[in-house]
Amino acid sequence: MSQKEIDKAVAGEYKLGFQVDIETDTVPPGLDEDTIRFISNKKNEPEWMRELRLKAFRKWQTMEEPHWAHIHYEPIDYQAISYYSAPKNPPKSLDEVDPKILEAYAKLGIPLEEQKQLQGIAVDAVFDSVSVKTTYTDELNKLGIIFCSISEAIHEHPALIKKYMFSVVAMNDNYFAALNSAVFTDGTFVYIPKGVRCPMELSTYFRINALGTGQFERTLIIADEGSYVSYNEGCSAPMRDENQLHAAVVELIAMKDAQIKYSTIQNWYPGDENGKGGIYNFVTKRGLCQGENSKISWTQVETGSAITWKYPSCILKGDNSVGEFYSVAVTTLAQQADTGTKMIHLGKNTSSTIISKGISAMKGQNTYRGLVKIGAHADGSRNYSECDSLLIGDQCGAHTFPYLECKDTKGHIEHEATTSKISDEQLFYLRQRGIKEEDAVSMIVHGFCKEVFSQLPMEYAVEAKALLNLTLEGSVG
Amino acid sequence: MMKIENLKADIGTKEILKGLDLTLEEGKVHAIMGPNGAGKSTLSKAIVGHYDVKITGGNIIYKGQSIVDMEPENRALKGIFLSFQNPVEIPGVNNAYFLRTALNAKRKHNGLAELNAAEFLRIMKGHLEGLGMKADMISRSLNEGFSGGEKKRNEILQMLILEPDVIILDEIDSGLDIDALRAVSEGINKMKDGKRSFLVITHYSRILDYIKPDYIHVLKNGRIIKTAGPELVAKLEAEGYESIEEEIR
Repeated sequence: MSQKEIDKAVAGEYKLGFQVDIETDTVPPGLDEDTIRFISNKKNEPEWMRELRLKAFRKWQTMEEPHWAHIHYEPIDYQAISYYSAPKNPPKSLDEVDPKILEAYAKLGIPLEEQKQLQGIAVDAVFDSVSVKTTYTDELNKLGIIFCSISEAIHEHPALIKKYMFSVVAMNDNYFAALNSAVFTDGTFVYIPKGVRCPMELSTYFRINALGTGQFERTLIIADEGSYVSYNEGCSAPMRDENQLHAAVVELIAMKDAQIKYSTIQNWYPGDENGKGGIYNFVTKRGLCQGENSKISWTQVETGSAITWKYPSCILKGDNSVGEFYSVAVTTLAQQADTGTKMIHLGKNTSSTIISKGISAMKGQNTYRGLVKIGAHADGSRNYSECDSLLIGDQCGAHTFPYLECKDTKGHIEHEATTSKISDEQLFYLRQRGIKEEDAVSMIVHGFCKEVFSQLPMEYAVEAKALLNLTLEGSVG
Repeated sequence: MMKIENLKADIGTKEILKGLDLTLEEGKVHAIMGPNGAGKSTLSKAIVGHYDVKITGGNIIYKGQSIVDMEPENRALKGIFLSFQNPVEIPGVNNAYFLRTALNAKRKHNGLAELNAAEFLRIMKGHLEGLGMKADMISRSLNEGFSGGEKKRNEILQMLILEPDVIILDEIDSGLDIDALRAVSEGINKMKDGKRSFLVITHYSRILDYIKPDYIHVLKNGRIIKTAGPELVAKLEAEGYESIEEEIR
């Protein structure tokens, strides 16, 4: 790699939010039309984008925060939040980072350079992900794959943005989606051309905008006819984050015969055992199976955040299209998760699978909420749902709210739900065979999550298992 | 091998063992018989350190060391094995993976190298046929959906693989048909090497036709009230436990 390329790559890294001049890059708390204009100007956006943001903002102002979820939190003061800010005082070296976080990194086996990056410390130009990024970007370019930040896409690919942004999640779809549409900071854009199979996992390791995307992330992935892409969001390591409220929007579009596999590991700060200080995560994720035989799979491992409100969904519009949702949600400490999916069957012979595994420990509250809707013209459509809850200890809770609507008499819906407790008998059985208590707990928990982990890309599954062990450490006994 | 001295133990707030004495000799098969509620299962739980049992007095000396305060996994690593009366189901945990983890924990404890998956599978497959177990036992989830017979065979499989020094068989014959009983007994007899001790806890004498005991201990009301040779079995069968009690009085 030449010096010029290194400089360029490093500069690219810095562009994503680690500006030197903090004064001019932070807008005071508050949200009005001027804030929206400020953000848009900062990002040097074209007029049409600014107008869309303002339109979304005006819609948001007429909406009300939803409170139907099974979660409890202090009211959010939207005027007390700064909607555009560069990271404040990032640590200068790892010595300044909370030793607990470093300990977690060591247990997860995160390389030193990556630890620095995750904490917002400037990294060396030789850092793997930088070189990896440049190499892979070249390879992707050759195939016509577009993989860039959403800000870049607004400038470079306006036609695609105008056509597809807000096409799956309308800007006024819900309160949090509207807020995101008005103030989104950055995110990822992916376009896979017709017939192209993306040759690698698009993942955090070389995600162009892995950092500095802020609290209002926006992602748009389009898989054109006959293409395939597997995208991994997030990583198992705790990330530096000063924002309490997160409201992301993800839109996926799969054309005829296309397939999108979207995997998430979410590990934001959960707060303390009283729920103080954790992240509020209100996310809207939806995929549209636009064409025949298309397929969208969501796989998520949610272990972080104080509040999780998230329902990755599929609209199965194309005939024979397939939607899948595989989820492991862990709540420990005082975490609350209300998560699940919506499978909307519109096309003929569409099918969907929902496998949801909720694990609650300590004072964690875990809710599965899922909607399966089979439309009047969705002849021959079917769904299989399985929602299992595992309780560790006796202060936690698990709740299941399945909603089923079948307008087509030939539709077929199957729903199974179980709740179990890690029993003393199970633990004792394993210990009597010489397995340490901690190892016995992780064996039982991994067994419980097996169907979901097997859906994750291999490397990611290893991370997820390590993360699960770490999350549940100390919650038994 | 193991000496139990004046052992007193509660389950909940109820005293179940009331000063039990028992010595397990090296290489011998000891059968514990007794009526329901005598404390047979409590005795086995006390030896392996089950949560339910609270030891309030006395001692259990194993290989020269008191084990009453030892963690259950450490007792296991030192060679104490319990074949459970009702083996619990653990969904999603692969049987072979579980067994290899257990074996490697023991090998590590004994300063031996851990076995890789291929080495372990060779050992496991070697035992499956003898026990009349199907090859799918390798990949099925631990005890999940197993029939009563399959669960008991799986207990014996674990015993054969872990090669313990003291083997406690709690109602190993319950729910077994003749074929399963024979396969299980053969597995147990294979472990007799003149050094291992066996504690066979049973209601019925049937299993003792297959596993020949050296001693019969009658447990009643939390104490061993009689110890004798195998000839006692026939007497118990004919006259019941009451006769023993009267005899002692």
